[in-house]
Amino acid sequence: MTTPIQVRFQLDYGVFQLAVDLQLPGTGITVLFGHSGSGKTTLLRCIAGLQYAPQGFMKINSRIWQDSERGLFLPTYKRPLGYVFQEANLFPHLTVRANLHYGLKRIGKKSPGAADLKPVLELLGISHLLDRMTDNLSGGERQRVAIARALALNPEILLMDEPLASLDFKRKQEILPYLSRLHQQTNIPILYVTHSQQEVAQLADYLVIMDEGRVVASGPLSETLSRLDVPMAQDREAATVWQAAIIEHEVKYHLTRVAFEGGTLSLPAIDAGIGTLLRVQIYARDVSIVLEAPAATSIINVLPATITGIVNDRAGRSVVRLQVGNQVLLAHITCKSALLLGLQLGMPVFAQIKGTSILN
Amino acid sequence: MLSPADIATLWLTFKVAGISTLFMLLFGTPLAWWLARTESRWKGICNAVVALPLVLPPTVLGFYLLVLMGPAGVIGKFTTWLGLGTLPFTFAGLVVASVLYSLPFVVQPLQTAFAMIGARPLEAAATLRASPFDTFFSIVVPLAKPGFLTAAILGFAHTVGEFGVVLMVGGNIPDKTRVVSVQIYNHVEALEYSEAHWLAGCLLLFSFSVLLVLYTALKTHPVAHQSLK
Repeated sequence: MTTPIQVRFQLDYGVFQLAVDLQLPGTGITVLFGHSGSGKTTLLRCIAGLQYAPQGFMKINSRIWQDSERGLFLPTYKRPLGYVFQEANLFPHLTVRANLHYGLKRIGKKSPGAADLKPVLELLGISHLLDRMTDNLSGGERQRVAIARALALNPEILLMDEPLASLDFKRKQEILPYLSRLHQQTNIPILYVTHSQQEVAQLADYLVIMDEGRVVASGPLSETLSRLDVPMAQDREAATVWQAAIIEHEVKYHLTRVAFEGGTLSLPAIDAGIGTLLRVQIYARDVSIVLEAPAATSIINVLPATITGIVNDRAGRSVVRLQVGNQVLLAHITCKSALLLGLQLGMPVFAQIKGTSILN
Repeated sequence: MLSPADIATLWLTFKVAGISTLFMLLFGTPLAWWLARTESRWKGICNAVVALPLVLPPTVLGFYLLVLMGPAGVIGKFTTWLGLGTLPFTFAGLVVASVLYSLPFVVQPLQTAFAMIGARPLEAAATLRASPFDTFFSIVVPLAKPGFLTAAILGFAHTVGEFGVVLMVGGNIPDKTRVVSVQIYNHVEALEYSEAHWLAGCLLLFSFSVLLVLYTALKTHPVAHQSLK
């Protein structure tokens, strides 16, 4: 059992104030999500000690990095962390190898050998780049080297500040699989800052939503995504993410059946073995509600559900939260439909899922 | 041809310039680092003071130094108390004056180079366990190498070319304070144009070569044009 990471910061720049008090899980990927100016990067920088918050407390693995009440502030270079910046921030006068060795030499490895780097080189697929100068690398390669450089020190926490934001779509797609692998293959807790809902859906285990320097909501991913009091649920791109495992391939129909906690889904064929874990993203706009199990429908995924929340927005739309087994689902329907169907809390209904996307 | 006396002045000039450049780098580097990074309200004043010799007539600077370093001056009293005597008309005095006179030529390129590096590589180094001191030598110095080269070359060349300050503080003592620029003046005063030509030609060639190196070699220096990506 890992101990949670305690984070408490207060900072006042006049035009911007940060006031955060959080307990974050000591494993998996925690995503700090918010628009620009929401304070997510400032929070990350305070955790790293790159920015000084006069009022602050930060504790990880029973070690205190900052406690302003006792006048304790560990400078960044004494904190066992890894940091990946938005721009890769590689040292231009050093080769890729020397960049990777830079930190290792400073944690007591006088002459780092191949064995010290092997795991991160394999994880990020950069073995062939070692002797290159950093300005010959593509944006994606550069960011992979930056991640490897941070990971090579085997940090107690990996802080990532919008590592994909400066990359184009293609490069993002190139790096995301590496991040998923990182997620599966290391036990290092990761704090990941982003303003991309796509990255939230793909990477987050735990989600912290920030706005104007404050935490709006925080909790496990699906729970937080489906909170109706959070603007994300109202967004056109609102979606929930389910963890599921492949249980059967229906080769004849080009379908794959996956099981989630409380039911199964049929998805377009996935090229992966039985038992493979994946994330299924279901957009709220792709979910419709019927009162009785339809006798004949072209929609293949119809799941029994219970209504656990309804809110109406000003644009004639209802956001409905549904409980499906142990999972939560969001549906965007019109207010008129909600009224005509007489939807109410606790009501048993059926959710029709028109489309899904597989995230990894 | 160059007479032995002329060669002695050349040697002395390069000695003054070399030693002064070393001191300028020693004092100028931390000063430039502070000026490049600080947000202190003293920054403006410090910048102005460092840049003063750029606009001040050298004789003005020389005059004040002469007074300050003389027996009645603050510096003079201090050096006497240390048992060093007074500095005017000595080699050491010449070096002190040269350092002050040429300091902006060292501080400004360094300050620009440091400012261009920005905070990001320093932050990256800090997250990789490098202390600020370590970061300075492992990251800042290599990245600011063109700045250091420019600073050293300009500081050296400018010291070689000084005249007014030297004349005020150093005087015209053979082998002690008589540098090339003063010797050329001596030759011209004595109507020895041929000797003056030789020395003047030497300085012209030297200055041109230095600037040529600065404007061509440094341009192609691998780190000179790299910014962090």
